[in-house]
Amino acid sequence: MKAYLHLASGKTFSGKLATPLEKKVSGEIVFFTGMTGYQEVLTDPSYKNQIIVFTYPLIGNYGINDEDFESKRPHVAAAVVYEASNEGFHYGVKYSLAEYLRHWNIPLLTHVDTRALVKEIRMEGTMMAELSSSPIPAVMDEETTFPVCAVSTKKMETYGQGGPHIVLIDFGYKKSILQSLVSRGCQVTVVPHDTAPEAIDALKPDGLVLSNGPGDPKQLSVRLPAIRQLIDRYPTLAICLGHQLVALAYGADTEKLRFGHRGANQPVWDAVKQKVMITSQNHSYVVKEKSLEGKPFAIRFININDGSVEGMIHRDKPILSVQYHPEAHPGPQDTGYIFDEFLQTVAKGEKVYA
Amino acid sequence: MPKDSSLQSILLIGSGPIVIGQAAEFDYSGTQACIALKEEGYRVILVNNNPATIMTDDVHADAVYFEPLTVDAIEAIIAKERPDGLLATFGGQTGLNLAFQLYEAGVLEKYGVRLLGTPIEAIKRGEDREAFRALMHELGEPVPESEIVTNVKEAVAFAEQIGFPIIIRPAYTLGGTGGGIAENMKQFIALVEKGLAESPIRQCLIERSVAGFKEIEYEVMRDQSNTCITVCNMENVDPVGVHTGDSIVVAPSQTLTDEEYQMLRSSAVKIISALGIIGGCNIQFALDPNSKQYYLIEVNPRVSRSSALASKATGYPIARIAAKLAVGYTLAELINPVTKTTYASFEPALDYVVVKFPRLPFDKFPHADRKLGTQMKATGEVMAIDRNMERAFQKAVQSLEGKNNGLFLSELSAKTNDELKQLLVNKDDRRFFAILELLRRGVTVETIHEWTKIDRFFLCTFERLVALEKQAAAVTLDTIDETMFRFLKEKGASDAFLAETWSVTELEVRNKRKELGIVPSYKMVDTCAAEFHSETDYYYSAYFGEDERKQASGKEKVLIIGAGPIRIGQGIEFDYSSVHSVFALQKEGYETIMINNNPETVSTDFAIADRLYFEPLTLESVLDVIEAEQIQHVIVQFGGQTAINLVKGLEEAGVRLLGVTYDIIDQLEDRDRFYQLLEELDIPHVPGLMANDAEELVAKAAEIGYPVLLRPSYVIGGRGMFIIRSEAQLAALIEQGELTYPILIDAYLDGKEAEADIVTDGTDILLPTIIEHVEKAGVHSGDSYAWLPAQTLTEEERANIVDYARRIAKKLGFKGIMNIQYVIADGNVYVLEVNPRASRTVPIVSKTTGVPLAQIATKLLLGKSLVDIPGGKMSGLTVMPYVVLKYPVFSTYKLPGVDPTVGPEMKSTGEGISIAMTKEEAAYKAFYAYLQKKANANELYVIGDIDAELAAEIETKQLNIVTDVSFADWVKRDGALAVIDLRKEEGEAPKRMAALSQQLLVFTERETLDLFLQALTVGQLDVQPISGWIKKKKQAEQAVIA
Repeated sequence: MKAYLHLASGKTFSGKLATPLEKKVSGEIVFFTGMTGYQEVLTDPSYKNQIIVFTYPLIGNYGINDEDFESKRPHVAAAVVYEASNEGFHYGVKYSLAEYLRHWNIPLLTHVDTRALVKEIRMEGTMMAELSSSPIPAVMDEETTFPVCAVSTKKMETYGQGGPHIVLIDFGYKKSILQSLVSRGCQVTVVPHDTAPEAIDALKPDGLVLSNGPGDPKQLSVRLPAIRQLIDRYPTLAICLGHQLVALAYGADTEKLRFGHRGANQPVWDAVKQKVMITSQNHSYVVKEKSLEGKPFAIRFININDGSVEGMIHRDKPILSVQYHPEAHPGPQDTGYIFDEFLQTVAKGEKVYA
Repeated sequence: MPKDSSLQSILLIGSGPIVIGQAAEFDYSGTQACIALKEEGYRVILVNNNPATIMTDDVHADAVYFEPLTVDAIEAIIAKERPDGLLATFGGQTGLNLAFQLYEAGVLEKYGVRLLGTPIEAIKRGEDREAFRALMHELGEPVPESEIVTNVKEAVAFAEQIGFPIIIRPAYTLGGTGGGIAENMKQFIALVEKGLAESPIRQCLIERSVAGFKEIEYEVMRDQSNTCITVCNMENVDPVGVHTGDSIVVAPSQTLTDEEYQMLRSSAVKIISALGIIGGCNIQFALDPNSKQYYLIEVNPRVSRSSALASKATGYPIARIAAKLAVGYTLAELINPVTKTTYASFEPALDYVVVKFPRLPFDKFPHADRKLGTQMKATGEVMAIDRNMERAFQKAVQSLEGKNNGLFLSELSAKTNDELKQLLVNKDDRRFFAILELLRRGVTVETIHEWTKIDRFFLCTFERLVALEKQAAAVTLDTIDETMFRFLKEKGASDAFLAETWSVTELEVRNKRKELGIVPSYKMVDTCAAEFHSETDYYYSAYFGEDERKQASGKEKVLIIGAGPIRIGQGIEFDYSSVHSVFALQKEGYETIMINNNPETVSTDFAIADRLYFEPLTLESVLDVIEAEQIQHVIVQFGGQTAINLVKGLEEAGVRLLGVTYDIIDQLEDRDRFYQLLEELDIPHVPGLMANDAEELVAKAAEIGYPVLLRPSYVIGGRGMFIIRSEAQLAALIEQGELTYPILIDAYLDGKEAEADIVTDGTDILLPTIIEHVEKAGVHSGDSYAWLPAQTLTEEERANIVDYARRIAKKLGFKGIMNIQYVIADGNVYVLEVNPRASRTVPIVSKTTGVPLAQIATKLLLGKSLVDIPGGKMSGLTVMPYVVLKYPVFSTYKLPGVDPTVGPEMKSTGEGISIAMTKEEAAYKAFYAYLQKKANANELYVIGDIDAELAAEIETKQLNIVTDVSFADWVKRDGALAVIDLRKEEGEAPKRMAALSQQLLVFTERETLDLFLQALTVGQLDVQPISGWIKKKKQAEQAVIA
């Protein structure tokens, strides 16, 4: 069945539906340039309500397996590809891509000129889009939802045992963050994003991790004082949205990139290691470099391509934050050492060292 | 970190003559390195005895040495040039081995030459299996159980312990020469013996075979700050067991999850860091198709064939960047040359799929062993890009120029399913076509998977290709609707295939297609999946989506049609001419557009032509590009026979070609018309006739009188040519059924053979020098040794050669470049054939005479006259106060079953040149590397007999003639120097092949043997850059004028 992707810029792309479209779907349209990892992307809560375009033309080759989920369900509003494989060719395959998305009632639009679509997004910036069976575009609303609420856990849960106790504040965490901690011997308690500082104190954590999550960090302004209170008290690692919240909690500012960074090939300069790391990324918002002036942070990581802030360390306190995803999945695992550095700090109870 | 300013001059070692396993890809990497170094202002000194390369042009290096690639020759060059640095990782295994030997011999230390880029310890760790294995154990990277052996006894003990199959890899060999997989003890012992003999250090790695695993490669780069990136990964369609050079390969990997992709990537990064490589590195893994278990199978600490492929597949110029890293830069400070807006420290993201097919030589050697294994057999490759897998495969097979018509290989249709199954089980080179044929016959994907272990993902793609054929067959040209037509084109059905399916002409299909508005769009290769703006005009066609070509410059456009995959008879020299034509056109202010499909070459470097189209060289694709670009001028003269074969179709489609018409080609190819032309011009020709069937052939051969030379028209490299000495022999050949009609029958003249490359404006010609073959007529020009200038022709003969060339050029009204072949017998000069295109010898003539033939020809094609071009007017032949010897280089020892005799069918894969003051010295240089390898050998084995005079001459060279010992034992003796077999009897072929397998020279022509004996009279090697020779030439010319 034919369907249409209407962009806020006025352009329309057509394609064929591989899963049913019961009613029109709208969301912010973004693209991912990694050549593998569609299962991780679809289930990454940071993509909540977004329409994801895969630039790699053949998606679904190895199907969907039981192991590579980043959360319990897919979060994207819709997926857009050139070709989707009807079957999955892999020993671990459980569903084909279309079967999986159909199960969750998520439209999969295929046979789209994704390259032209990506160029449109690149030039016009991330924007709202609507997938509908009608060739006539409707008036599009700006995003008004608060997606963190939709993806954050409602109750505390503990994983792993022994070792340092880490509290993972869940703004929409990827399973790989939890695994990166558990596999390093941590006991991890995942808590809802709006858990009160006192409740976290009661857990007696050795360290805090602020997770990734969807949307504009400023939607969480009301939480900033609590976050500030917490990160000043515990060794902290903040990832992606978490990193942006750390900056905001210290009075710095964030802004939206034109079309974000989403892929597995983003080069990031590490001023400590004095080399470039290839990182996995998924974000629209960044910390404004200028807004960090006069703040107690040193910029440790910088994006080679556009010079944007990719991570920082507090000059006195054990706070380390990264914009990219050291937990990978999808993408390169080169920056896994961030977890080791964090846990060393936790072990020493000292500051994160630049 | 900025570049190293303590360096002034850098020596670069090239990979030498083209052999299987080391081909045009090293001209590409070497040229890129030269350009990168010159860009930084270094003085570049280059040693490479392969004249057909672009890197050996004086524009790319400051001093070019065509000298033997041996330690002492290079030491002499180092002593003369005193370079500050040495770059050894761009000349393939040859360059790497030489660097290692120079280091071991203390030459680098003696002259204070720094090895740039990857340090010697890293080369050692990567190449020495024992050291490498130890390092991998330390890193915890899994390698299959293995053992280094130096004798058969050790090997047998290992085999008894771990069982079969076992893989045998000789140390330090190119393209895995001498290796293989053994299924049982008998095969095993034979392979170990051979492997030990092949390895320069008499060492083999034997290891548990992981045949059947997925074979995955990563191209990794690292700089001195330890920043590591993977440019690309690639998945071999053929599971482990077939050499990656012979495998069908796709990029990026298709069947790996992100977890698997990253697991192997992390391992690759870990390995390149631990090795300490600076530059590029190729790492090959075997991955269990049913678990995450993987093994590391090979590391090449240098740029390679795979890195050339990865560069073209992604747009990321690995060699160019690697050269910059070697002189001190880091990835983060180098700009990505494709986008020009991002940096080199990133990993390309592809938004298309790439398919590489090997080009195997079995169309020329149908009787050779066609089984593919760990020893590479392909001479070249093609690459295809598309948005979907089906069309990428279709484009790749259309690019092969093999016997296949698209997905069909007609010889397979007569085979039974069982016979086809055998082709799969035996890993025959035709397996891809056999799989399609089996799928057509209803054999299931599951069954084929069992037989081949090829991943179902690929087999299902092939199944869809077969379904597509059926869908096409269900409609006709009249009934097809636009939707179905678009679908068929999107998935790669060619117009030619549809024409055949619908029993109409290709033009009818094309016209209907265009009526429906179905034309290809062109998409960009930009390294970044459109995430960033890109500056480079590197395109591929797709039948879906928008056309995204950038606005052209407004200059007049010229299309240069490339030569496609490297094969025997059509090698790298055509790429040389194509690239030079581009340079000339750019100088004249034209916009140059290149179309080609060979990922190994310089012509497909996006930085060469203004616009590059990576497309099959079929009429359809070429016309599509011409129409899309609205090209005014098309050049076919530099693309070998590939481009010439397109002339008729292009002309019929109304395309105007520069310099040549189909009528001219037909006059030269059609025997009757050709002889008529020569007779009109009063030029002697060899008596010849044409036969349309076997009966006519017998009658006309008798009419001409034996011996006769048979050949089909329009051939590359003398394919299907035979010298027939009697009617009985002819009858036997007809019986074999391998002749195709019409066939040309010429009297075979037992004379000298000569050839000339000329450029002409239609009235005048420029013929710099005559090339005289060492061997008599009947040996293919590609396989003969040859002198420049001619050494034994009389003044009158030379004058006739030039005069005949002039008459022909003038009469034809042809413009551009042509090659004419002559036989000189009984005091007469006969014209044998005229090829209206650049030939194999163009780069040799250009470099050793200083006359840039391809560039001049290009200017003539644009309408200039010879008198308008500086140096275009020359009275008589050029003065050469030195001699140049061109020598053929064979790879036949990698192709079991091929008889190393020379004849009208070309067998060599490459060539070298030597330049010296005397013929003897030139011969000495030509055989130098061989003689060094055989320094302790002094025995010549004679098959049949030789005359007393020759025997006496051999004795004067302190060589012993051996006839009466067991040949099988003798070939393995250290004293074995070469084999003489002047009778070339069929029955002695096994001996010749046995000698070949030990890499012994086999002399089947008296003249070649004489040359070899001449070489033995010299004992001194003198090295000289080409500029030194040209200076001597200029001095001699001035002396003549004065």
